[in-house]
Amino acid sequence: MKLITAIVKPFKLDEVREALGELGVSGVTVTEVKGFGRQKGHTELYRGAEYVVDFLPKVKVEVALTGEMVESAVEAITKAAATGKIGDGKIFISPLDDAIRIRTGETGPEAI
Amino acid sequence: MNEIFELQYALDTFYFLMCGALVMWMAAGFSMLEAGLVRSKNTTEILMKNIALFAVACTMYMVCGYYIMYADLGAFFLSGITGDGVTGAEEAATYAPSADFYFQVVFVATAMSIVSGAVAERMKLWAFLAFAVVMTGVIYPVEGSWTWGGNAVFGLYTLGDLGFSDFAGSGIVHMAGASAALAGVLLLGARKGKYDANGVINAIPGANLPMATLGTFILWLGWFGFNGGSVLATASVESANAVAVVFMNTNAAACGGLIAAMILARLLFKKADLTMALNGALAGLVAITAEPSTPTALQATLFGAMGGVLVVFSIVALDKFKIDDPVGAISVHGVVGLLGLMLVPITNDASSFSGQLIGAATIFVWVFGASTVVWYILKATIGIRVSEEEEFTGVDIAECGMEAYPEFVS
Repeated sequence: MKLITAIVKPFKLDEVREALGELGVSGVTVTEVKGFGRQKGHTELYRGAEYVVDFLPKVKVEVALTGEMVESAVEAITKAAATGKIGDGKIFISPLDDAIRIRTGETGPEAI
Repeated sequence: MNEIFELQYALDTFYFLMCGALVMWMAAGFSMLEAGLVRSKNTTEILMKNIALFAVACTMYMVCGYYIMYADLGAFFLSGITGDGVTGAEEAATYAPSADFYFQVVFVATAMSIVSGAVAERMKLWAFLAFAVVMTGVIYPVEGSWTWGGNAVFGLYTLGDLGFSDFAGSGIVHMAGASAALAGVLLLGARKGKYDANGVINAIPGANLPMATLGTFILWLGWFGFNGGSVLATASVESANAVAVVFMNTNAAACGGLIAAMILARLLFKKADLTMALNGALAGLVAITAEPSTPTALQATLFGAMGGVLVVFSIVALDKFKIDDPVGAISVHGVVGLLGLMLVPITNDASSFSGQLIGAATIFVWVFGASTVVWYILKATIGIRVSEEEEFTGVDIAECGMEAYPEFVS
């Protein structure tokens, strides 16, 4: 099992959610986050004076998957979230030791 | 005939009181404008200052301010003001004496409201209110007695004789408030983080622009009372015409100021800065306040536009001098107030450029000088600035012990 953590542009969230839904992904967790990468921050102007916005708003999407679904999920997220411009985000894949469904107590792939 | 006079008396008094109520509502406009242009951690305190200064101003003007300004009309504690305006007076007025007090007192509060915005986010609440006591009880009434009161300046010269004219108070109210604010800001210093050691100007964006916009609309509405009421009567063909012209020109100037400031901000900063547009509307209003009754509608629009252009350059220039004014009050009311005074002779033959200049200088030197003394005494005794830590946490918690938005998690 793997945990996919994708950082994407906020306005692409709906498309990512749709693409994952089409793959049969049964659940995701979404968090509004701020950060910086190669896009860095940017400056804005207020009453003639500049100020720097260091951290840009992004959306973090977390999905737990069985091993065989990872490749297609990564492909779906990449396709849905891409604009070709700087700041499209990143996808991190990490191993997942176990999963438990709280209601029934099921564990492992059954719980995903 | 007597019945017609009674009708006129009733109508003029009613008009005067309703205009006063509109000006009172400007206190709400200043509150919203200032609360919108400070950071959210300083919202409660700026609201407290605004509503408290209104109460202090009205109380002090009742205690001694009105008497100092109009020695022949008033007395300490307004003693004897409850009679009517017909009997007893040398020249019969067409409105009740207490209506005159009510209309005058809301102008005092307006002048004091200007100060609170300029010193926002860093001044101690109680030092500010102590200053308000002196400003509204003495400093403003003294310059008011030289201008609208008609008294000689320290017995030396009389401004009216020199051709000074200020219809509703571009100088007497607005520039006076800004002069007191400038004195305070110079002794107070800039907000921490506004200017770097190496001269970089950092923007500190306001927390709530819908509130600032509402505040500007409220001020715009209140200004019809401010200028319209300054005709002092409406119950005759002549005064009704004058009132209508004043309303028309006041509105035209605000529009001219807003359009000019909005376009200039777009040209200078490549973005349509809403806060500059709001300041532009107010600048247009301040510019026309010294004489809204004689210009044509086109002239009023152009005068307003001049105010709108001047205010944008003034705000940028004050930042260069490291004079930190979070809401642009010194530019809107002071710099443009002076412009308003100097525009009067263009359309009003009864005034002169030299008279306007001497009047402006008299008001500025007195209010700025006296205010500096008061601010200095306050600084040396109770202190006028909150501690660095309190400024970082926000004066809401430090001074009022409560946040404006306790459920808001950033």
